[in-house]
Amino acid sequence: MKKLVQLFAAVFVTAFALMYIAFHLNKAEGYSGHHTLTIYNWGDYIDPKLIKKFEKQTGMKVIYQTFDSNEAMMAKIAQGGTTFDVAVPSEYAVSKMKEEGLLVPLDHSKLPNLKYINPRFLHLSFDPNNTYSVPYFWGTVGIVYNRDMLGGKKITSWNDLWDKDLRNQILLVDGAREVIGMGLNSLHYSLNDTNKAHLREAKRKLDTLTPNIKAIVGDEIKMLIANEEAAVGVVWSGDAAEMIAENEKLDYVVPKEGSNLWFDNMVIPKTAKNIEGAHQFINFMLDPKNAAQNAEYVGYSTPNEKALEYLPKEITDDKRFYPDFTSIGNLEVYENLGKRMLAYYNELFLEFKMHRK
Amino acid sequence: MKHNTRNVYLIPYVLWIVLFVVAPILLILYYSFFDIEGQWTIANYKKFFTPIYLKMTFSSFWYAFLITVFSLLIAYPTAYLLTKTKHKQLWLLLIILPTWVNLLLKVYAFLGIFGTYGLANAVLEALGVGTKQILFTDFSFVFVSVYIFIPFMVLPIFNALEELNPSLVDAARDLGASAWTTFRRVVFPLTIDGVKAGCQAVFIPALSLFMITRLIAGNRVITLGTAIEEHFLVTQDWGMGATIAVFLIIAMAIVVIITGNRK
Amino acid sequence: MKRKVKWDNLYLIIMFVILYTPIFYLIYYSFNSGGTMHHFQGFTLEWYKEVFQDTRLLIIVLNTFVIALLASAISTILGVMGALAIYYVKKRRMKNLLLTLNNVLIVSPDVIIGASFLILFTIIGIQLGFTSVLLSHIAFSVPIVVLMVLPKLQEMSPTLIDAARDLGANQWNVLTKVILPFITPGIFAGFFMALTYSLDDFAVTFFVTGNGFSTLSVEIYSRARQGISLSINALSTLLFLFTVLLVVGYYFISQRSSRLYGMGGRK
Repeated sequence: MKKLVQLFAAVFVTAFALMYIAFHLNKAEGYSGHHTLTIYNWGDYIDPKLIKKFEKQTGMKVIYQTFDSNEAMMAKIAQGGTTFDVAVPSEYAVSKMKEEGLLVPLDHSKLPNLKYINPRFLHLSFDPNNTYSVPYFWGTVGIVYNRDMLGGKKITSWNDLWDKDLRNQILLVDGAREVIGMGLNSLHYSLNDTNKAHLREAKRKLDTLTPNIKAIVGDEIKMLIANEEAAVGVVWSGDAAEMIAENEKLDYVVPKEGSNLWFDNMVIPKTAKNIEGAHQFINFMLDPKNAAQNAEYVGYSTPNEKALEYLPKEITDDKRFYPDFTSIGNLEVYENLGKRMLAYYNELFLEFKMHRK
Repeated sequence: MKHNTRNVYLIPYVLWIVLFVVAPILLILYYSFFDIEGQWTIANYKKFFTPIYLKMTFSSFWYAFLITVFSLLIAYPTAYLLTKTKHKQLWLLLIILPTWVNLLLKVYAFLGIFGTYGLANAVLEALGVGTKQILFTDFSFVFVSVYIFIPFMVLPIFNALEELNPSLVDAARDLGASAWTTFRRVVFPLTIDGVKAGCQAVFIPALSLFMITRLIAGNRVITLGTAIEEHFLVTQDWGMGATIAVFLIIAMAIVVIITGNRK
Repeated sequence: MKRKVKWDNLYLIIMFVILYTPIFYLIYYSFNSGGTMHHFQGFTLEWYKEVFQDTRLLIIVLNTFVIALLASAISTILGVMGALAIYYVKKRRMKNLLLTLNNVLIVSPDVIIGASFLILFTIIGIQLGFTSVLLSHIAFSVPIVVLMVLPKLQEMSPTLIDAARDLGANQWNVLTKVILPFITPGIFAGFFMALTYSLDDFAVTFFVTGNGFSTLSVEIYSRARQGISLSINALSTLLFLFTVLLVVGYYFISQRSSRLYGMGGRK
């Protein structure tokens, strides 16, 4: 009994001591003050120095929260109870959020730096007049492969993946649209195809790829491919850039049949309390120098045309991540296919995963 | 007799159950009758009885069973040997300690250890067995799962063994029983409560494993947890996700009733 | 006899080696100047420096421990009450019903618990942040405490209570002088398992948090897309070493004090 009392006493005392320390740290950082800006972003997706710079420039305090997937983020914002001023969803999430009325329209007069964005990255189908969103980072979906492990063989198309020599050598990302889209592209269909016959055909073709697939994984794919666990991976370009930085034997290619063009965008959720501050932040991130600094830190491709002048040449000259768009075939942005069709995509993907045993 | 005063424990506990268990169950039941577009339907339940979901259910049960069995086989001797050490409480705590390191980090470590060029294969090479594919296999999946659940099995068994009166063991030996018979007829039955608690603490959560199926098994193993996660988050089909959850709860209820106390 | 002891020790040693290998792997790479968890390039302490410079991360760590300690303590108390409640219920049907309800949170995937708690909190109107996270952690830790305490209660011989009553003990004394001391190992087990549940939880915390409040688990999982920097390894190493020191230190201090008070071996 004595031991029990001792334990609980120790626990409560420690807890309150820690609370006290945390409270003071929070105060020192200014978190409990007013005039704050709450940002909801992917983990490690912004240069922390930029946040400090913004705080210094505007006197606002930034509260930073992170999420690990679009769906989780949307679920949180939709449910309410949160006060995020800026969020960074991917393009398909932007169109979903638009549909559900979760976004506040942007006041372009407060975003003068918008002019620095490459016009090719504006007015896209998921947000035609950029009423709600501003691009943050962009990239493609493609194939990363280990030159040495493939014995010098090059990969240039989706159909190359079905090569018998690649048995058990491929890692796929755990994304229904990416994988089914790969199947569709390899049959020269659009990524946004809603024809069920085409989709089933794509799934059947994917089933034949099964012997070549080692595993379907998530973010750990970067570590696995850099560790040479597999020779080939279907990944997002941002991940590929990171992998290549770690292992020079790797190369990245956007398959010639076509692929997905993705965007992560800054939006203002309807639960925002500090809309003025949100606009200031978005404009701040659109500043070419800041965008360049961010691009260097995060390692993804920036849509900010002027920012390219501030980036080292070896980054901007890398055609894999800053491609010359005339040379790439069919890059499509994911359209919002509606709940039922998306559910169908996911059912197919689930079946595909189970087929593999 | 004194029933009224004993029921006082029920009050806070039932309050907790109503707020945090019954309410979510009702929510889940409620959602399970809606389809993806918000219309009332029992189509979700019909969908559950299709081959793909039944296969998933079987798969979940099978792996949960395997994990529980292996955890038991490994944890029981561990608990037993721990009771024989000098600083048993200390060693027990040291067994629990690794569980407080974040799961994702530990799994990343396993990705490195079980990798083609990792530690495990280096050891296998040194032993002359040669490099083997460890990751993305059933073996690695069960191994890592057992790794994670071990303390949950060791603790209750350790507690049960500590309670065991050593003179009972001595008596059995004196009467001529072999070590195995002593274990089978004396030790194990007297620790069965601990074993049951451990099995419940492992089997039940193992039914809805999700993270590990993706990280270590590379989605070669699909459990009901995988499906639920997808339906809730990706498809936003809360209806189907809730339906699967209903079946999970029913399955768990059956397990509880079957392993219940017969005293 | 000596032969047997060697085998026993070997088994335990192997267990500990396997249990700690991933941990040492993490610690090893926390010193890697290469920045990743393969290919050790050189020794560096930069990751440790980074930990101490990241105030936001430090606050998150403190938050995590405050929640874990408080939630475990409170859920242990609630769980013990729950175990007692179930123990005293006589009817089989009622017992099974309570047990089933108890285990619902253990069998449910975190996503569902997170989502349903979120709905619950927004309906009641509880602000998302420290309070909602604490309540959630208490809620999902109670079942495991019950599972750890119940077997000890069942092992307890009811004659103990009868004897105490015969000797004139009232309800409170029976509880504090007979029952609780007997089930203490179960209570400790429940407490430590509750700690594990709380420290490791991601999905539930993610759904019910807000207002800038975050725990280490949420932060780590959120960084997975970008790649988890080695400063997290460094942080985990520090936390791990600290916990080891705490555990070992507490153990030897309590050993000494019990020897001082002449409390010899109980069994």
